[in-house]
Amino acid sequence: MKTKFLFAVLFLFLIAANNSFAKSASDSIQHKKLKPDDVGLKLPEGFHAVKFAEGLGEARHITVTKHGDVYVKLSSLKNGKGIYYLHDSNGDGKADVKTGFGNYTGTGIGIKDGYLYASSDTKVYRYKLDANGKVINPDKPELIITGLLNRHEHESKPFTFDNNGNIYVTIGAYSNSCQVKDRTKGSPAMKPCPVLDSAGGIWEFKTDKENQTYGDGVRYATGLRNEMGIAWNNDVNALYVTQHGRDQLHDLFPDLYTDEQSAELPAECLYRLNKGDDAGWPYIYYDQIQHKKILAPEYGGDGKKEGGENAIDPLVAFPGHLAPNGLLFYEGNMFPEKFKHGAFIAFHGSWNRAPEPQKGYFVAFVPFKDGKPSGDWEVFADDFAGGAQFMSPNEAKHRPCGLAQGPDGSLYVSDDQGGTIYKITYTRK
Amino acid sequence: MKKITSCLWLILLYNGNAYTQTSLAASIANGKKVYQKNCLTCHQANGGGVPKMNPPLIHASFVMGNKKKLIQWVLLGSTEKVPIDGKYYSNNMPAQATLKDKEIADVLTYIRNNFKNKASAITPEEVKSTRVVKK
Repeated sequence: MKTKFLFAVLFLFLIAANNSFAKSASDSIQHKKLKPDDVGLKLPEGFHAVKFAEGLGEARHITVTKHGDVYVKLSSLKNGKGIYYLHDSNGDGKADVKTGFGNYTGTGIGIKDGYLYASSDTKVYRYKLDANGKVINPDKPELIITGLLNRHEHESKPFTFDNNGNIYVTIGAYSNSCQVKDRTKGSPAMKPCPVLDSAGGIWEFKTDKENQTYGDGVRYATGLRNEMGIAWNNDVNALYVTQHGRDQLHDLFPDLYTDEQSAELPAECLYRLNKGDDAGWPYIYYDQIQHKKILAPEYGGDGKKEGGENAIDPLVAFPGHLAPNGLLFYEGNMFPEKFKHGAFIAFHGSWNRAPEPQKGYFVAFVPFKDGKPSGDWEVFADDFAGGAQFMSPNEAKHRPCGLAQGPDGSLYVSDDQGGTIYKITYTRK
Repeated sequence: MKKITSCLWLILLYNGNAYTQTSLAASIANGKKVYQKNCLTCHQANGGGVPKMNPPLIHASFVMGNKKKLIQWVLLGSTEKVPIDGKYYSNNMPAQATLKDKEIADVLTYIRNNFKNKASAITPEEVKSTRVVKK
């Protein structure tokens, strides 16, 4: 009897907990009062943006040195170079020195313990920095990781570091939903999904050991389709990622999902990852409207059946297909107090909402306390695409991709469609 | 003006050219439906595709080019990363071999006469003969 009572209490508690989580997750896109800025963005009152650099082409992830210089990784070569060093020598807030190096394309870039790390779609290199944060020998990087899978879908290799000599690399799944024939209606799913042995997860390597490959690393977490945003939270010493959820529920299962449902589902998820975690891809997806892990239709789901008993839940579930490409925990002092410890997320913007209008193309903010969201998420910087509602991603002027924090606490945002680096500062004290 | 147009239509009807015109128009109209159902998500309503992922069809050399290659692309799909008009696209294209010959002919005729492309129609017979040839 006592046990029954305890179960009942636990059950009620779970419902309550579930509902409170549900509330924050279910909110669709929230636009607080944002004001137009003179570079074409909309920002909260008191914030100001400048174009730190322009004309960089496909500017993917970025990092800022402690001297305020920017390194940006490009996914198509500019003048034969795949990394650019940007320096503002006269202090007008705009880079006037732009130096290219590295003859490979890619996405990931970051600084740790005196080295600049950069990734191609199969490798991670590192370059020693001098006391001023400048690369000493741009033509001779050390090859740290090699042989990572690139099968042309979700091929980027974003990464981050802990404070213990490890680097965490996203190896995206080379598949939408692990069908025998990718994205092909009627093609069955593979079970177990063979993608997961070497992709669809986060791999952990050493930051200082050369020529590592799969055998030298550890699959830190799995069941993760494509984690473009990846960041270490220093407040709680843990890894966080943002996932691009699966596409084409309606195209592949028109009897189960309408166009409208397919545009909203599944959620784009922010996860906290512990070693060994499984987020459930491809067997399940997270439905932010039902607040449930739903069995993927390829694996017998019907849009309602639940699954993924052992899969982790997201901390935040955003609307579908917004494409969270960059994640940053704000540790600066420039922005108002509520931003400290919180997460900025750069949403590249959707394509898989067609024929519905596209969404995203903004930077969002999630307040955090002790490593957990402490309030609803909101749009922080908007209108990268160029204003009015639009239908196709090639019409967007800019698409946010990478995020970095400057030594003064300013926020840098890269854009891989217009090739712009924005620097956002808070000016009202 | 209306009268002249009707007259022209009558003349066209009589010399047989009209049949080709109306059949082209019908093919394009049907092709648009096939496009909306099977292609639009990736290649988008405006044919603009998705940068870096799905190639655009707007004024595209491979859309207006060799018919057999184009038909084969649709029948077999593509998992290769090949440059298209100098750019790379990463998504896989699913094979569309389950579409009927006429559907493939119509949708290709539609894209070859839309999105700033101008090229000859593709017939169901051309799709059929390409289908039987192995890659």
